Amino acid sequence: MKYMLLIYPPRMTDASDSACTPPAIEEWMLFDKTIKDAGVVVSDAALQDPTVATTVRVGNSGERTVTDGPFAETRELIGGFYVVDVPNLDVALDWAARCPGSQAGGTIEVRPVADFEQG
Amino acid sequence: MGERAAGAVEGIDTSVEAVFREERGRLLAALVHRFGDLDLAEDVTSEAIEAALQTWPVDGVPTRPGAWLLTTARRRAVDRLRRDQAYAARLAVLQAEADRADPAPPADGDGLPDERLALFFTCTHPALAADDRGALILRCLAGLTTPEVARAFLVPPATMAQRIVRAKKKIRAARIPFRVPGADELPDRLPGVLQVLYSIFTEGYAASSGPRLQRLDLAEEAIRLARILRRLLPAEPEVAGLLGLMLLVHARRDARTGPDGELVLLDDQDRGCWDRSMIEEGRSLVVVALTGGPPGPYGVQAAIAALHDEAADVATTDWPQIVALYDVLLGLVASPVVAVNRAVAVAMRDGPEAGLQLLDALADDPRLRTHHPYAAARAELLRELGRLAEAAVAYREALELVGSAPERAYLQRMLGSVES
Repeated sequence: MKYMLLIYPPRMTDASDSACTPPAIEEWMLFDKTIKDAGVVVSDAALQDPTVATTVRVGNSGERTVTDGPFAETRELIGGFYVVDVPNLDVALDWAARCPGSQAGGTIEVRPVADFEQG
Repeated sequence: MGERAAGAVEGIDTSVEAVFREERGRLLAALVHRFGDLDLAEDVTSEAIEAALQTWPVDGVPTRPGAWLLTTARRRAVDRLRRDQAYAARLAVLQAEADRADPAPPADGDGLPDERLALFFTCTHPALAADDRGALILRCLAGLTTPEVARAFLVPPATMAQRIVRAKKKIRAARIPFRVPGADELPDRLPGVLQVLYSIFTEGYAASSGPRLQRLDLAEEAIRLARILRRLLPAEPEVAGLLGLMLLVHARRDARTGPDGELVLLDDQDRGCWDRSMIEEGRSLVVVALTGGPPGPYGVQAAIAALHDEAADVATTDWPQIVALYDVLLGLVASPVVAVNRAVAVAMRDGPEAGLQLLDALADDPRLRTHHPYAAARAELLRELGRLAEAAVAYREALELVGSAPERAYLQRMLGSVES
């Protein structure tokens, strides 16, 4: 069963409000090595800053609207993801809990990946 | 199936429902474990019970009814999987992964494996909506029908059916596992299970809305579920504590309401109506819960309930000990509701002024703004102190928040007494 772990870093205001410090890069590297050594990662990516995002929308008549920045109505912005292949939700939640992205004010959403072959 | 116990047929129609209620959860759990799919398990459980209702009155009750039901249900499931190959292929994947994650546990004494513990954890999984957990556990483990669950939560049957479908869809789609958490996970997961059972109980003890104060059927379902859980987890002190707490509170059920369903407070209850054997059982569970390790919140609450149950009246209740137990409880759960209860106990020990000071110190806690017992407790203490105008204001606050008709009537009565 494949799950995507969607990593939402703390918003800057949150980070300055609470006294929590963001996870050090070493923590991320250690987690990344651990989860990859476990052989459960299908794919993964860390995303660049949302300020360099571009949003695309195509209207009903086919006109394309391109705007600077992330989807404006989203409060939380994805910072990266892992897709893992594990037996069940509990295992996926365990990996999410171990990931520095769920700590120090961050949040991880665990979403099952749709599998159209199994219906 | 072979042997039949003849003579057990008489009275079958009246007793079967009760028998099957107990059996249903066990059967369902065994089938979920075997086939990894809650919907399939529910369908064939119902079919097997229906088959029993038709054949047992004619052929007699089999010597091992549970085994008969399980065999029948399994056959139906296998038949269905033969007819639906795509479904079977999907279940085969599920089963293989379930085995990979969790080897089969051993069977118990009568040869039938009891898989209900895994189902307890599935139904109360934190990934499910909090409201749906209670509904699922009543449906799957207490064996209530969907309309019965709907009545339990005072919602229309169609609404409850939708909620149960939604919860089952989440279990399937997100693959919430049917497994007992490992010993290392248990401290994290068990409180969630106990919380669901306790909230079913408290809804039965003091309904949050509706015409009646107590809904005894619901409290009794919660006790039944806690008894099952206690058998499945005999070494967990908090399970003993929860069951003890429920019994010690439920023992007062007949004294808590008057002839017209009105609320009777602890001070005025006829303690002769308290259920002595239930109190005894509850007390022995308190001993289990508080022995051999650090106390947990349910064990401590059960101990408090036991002190009330042991006292001849409110005046001779051991309030210093109750306050001390609330201090322990506050150290375990930093809840403002516990702090309110502690303040009331302090008022009993040291007088209303001392209790009121503690309550007033909690006034800024936003979690108490919708908690009518807070306003009601302030009102009582203000009334005892003769500060009637302030008491009236507090009674009015409580009246705005209270849900059930008998509690409302009580507060209305008290408001009248301080205004006259």
